Amino acid sequence: MSAFRQSVEAMIPALRRYARALARDADIADDLVQDTLVRALRSERLFLGGDVRSWLYTILTNLNKNRRRSLARRPQFMPLLDNNPDASGTEAEGRDIARALATLVEEQRSVLLLVMLEGLSYREVADIQGVPIGTVMSRLARARAHVKASLEGERTALRRVK
Amino acid sequence: MTDRNIPVTEDELHAYVDNELPAERCGDVEAWLAAHPDDAARVQSWRAMAEALHARYDSVIDETVPKRLEIERLVQQPRKWVYGAVAATLAAFIVGGGTGWFARGAATAPSAFQNLTVHAIEAHRLYVVEVRHPVEVPGSERSHLQQWLTKRCGWVVRAPELTGAGLKLVGGRLLPGSAGPASFMMYESASGERFTIYTAKSDAEATQMRYAAEGKESTLFWADDGVVYAVVSTGVDRGRLTQIAQAVYDQMEKKG
Repeated sequence: MSAFRQSVEAMIPALRRYARALARDADIADDLVQDTLVRALRSERLFLGGDVRSWLYTILTNLNKNRRRSLARRPQFMPLLDNNPDASGTEAEGRDIARALATLVEEQRSVLLLVMLEGLSYREVADIQGVPIGTVMSRLARARAHVKASLEGERTALRRVK
Repeated sequence: MTDRNIPVTEDELHAYVDNELPAERCGDVEAWLAAHPDDAARVQSWRAMAEALHARYDSVIDETVPKRLEIERLVQQPRKWVYGAVAATLAAFIVGGGTGWFARGAATAPSAFQNLTVHAIEAHRLYVVEVRHPVEVPGSERSHLQQWLTKRCGWVVRAPELTGAGLKLVGGRLLPGSAGPASFMMYESASGERFTIYTAKSDAEATQMRYAAEGKESTLFWADDGVVYAVVSTGVDRGRLTQIAQAVYDQMEKKG
């Protein structure tokens, strides 16, 4: 296997994690990863060195943006009640963070995940999204504020019920 | 040395948490946080957020990578890979009688396609029963139909020549799809059996041919070059549907 293919292969687990957090649905997430890989492998000869990792995140981010655009006009279905009182603390926390992510606009969710989950630098994220670093930083700040408010809001709501 | 009296900005707090802050400024930020509990609490909440994200999603890293994402499977020249898969699908469809194989194929169809095939089947049902107004543009105006649909849809819409399969173009119409316009074309045989071809923008660049059925309608569908094609028929005649889908696929392939 070529060095290029090996570096693509090594990225599959991380791409799946990013896609899962980005798209929430596991099947859709793997569809995104598959399309990303097909595209990357098809362009192997066009790839003139550089950072394979950033490039793969870029493809996946763009594919997801297109997908979101095509879904934009479809009504969103959210479960009315998915609070499982028996859920353990960690499980409930995981659900909270997933729900908070879902309320973010696309670019903010992508910035937040690339920085906080995938550990990319501001510079890399700026290149991936094709925007200046300042834009990345303001998106990140807004995303963090929004998620924080969303998590705290849920906790307040729970306290009120009790 | 930087002046401790320069207030720490919110940007710097974020950069501090993300290890993007120049090392020489970190001490200032730490001193600032010790003196500003509100900011310290915010920084703490961001760290907790990162931990929650990792706690929720890191398990994906340890999952076994699904077979469909294996590099070895994906590197066989994507286009040929798709074509090979189509041929294999068609062979299984005819030879195997399909059932078991296709039950599997349908179950693994990506969710993104579900809506699309539903639309294609609904459009088929709605219009094949029409006697007087099955289409907007009749088959006698083939080139106008192709130009019009291509212009409105934004991808090349061709009405394939299916006379070899005993089908005549009835005509076509423009439909609202789930993500913009969709094209719809109807064909008819001398005995009155009707087939429709639905195309719409696809999220997937290229996929294998898949089968889906609902009630009496069944469809063979695939994506190519960012467009999904669905050939729909009523009353399952596997060999026949396969023959038509193959003819449509071959002509779309030549187009590019």
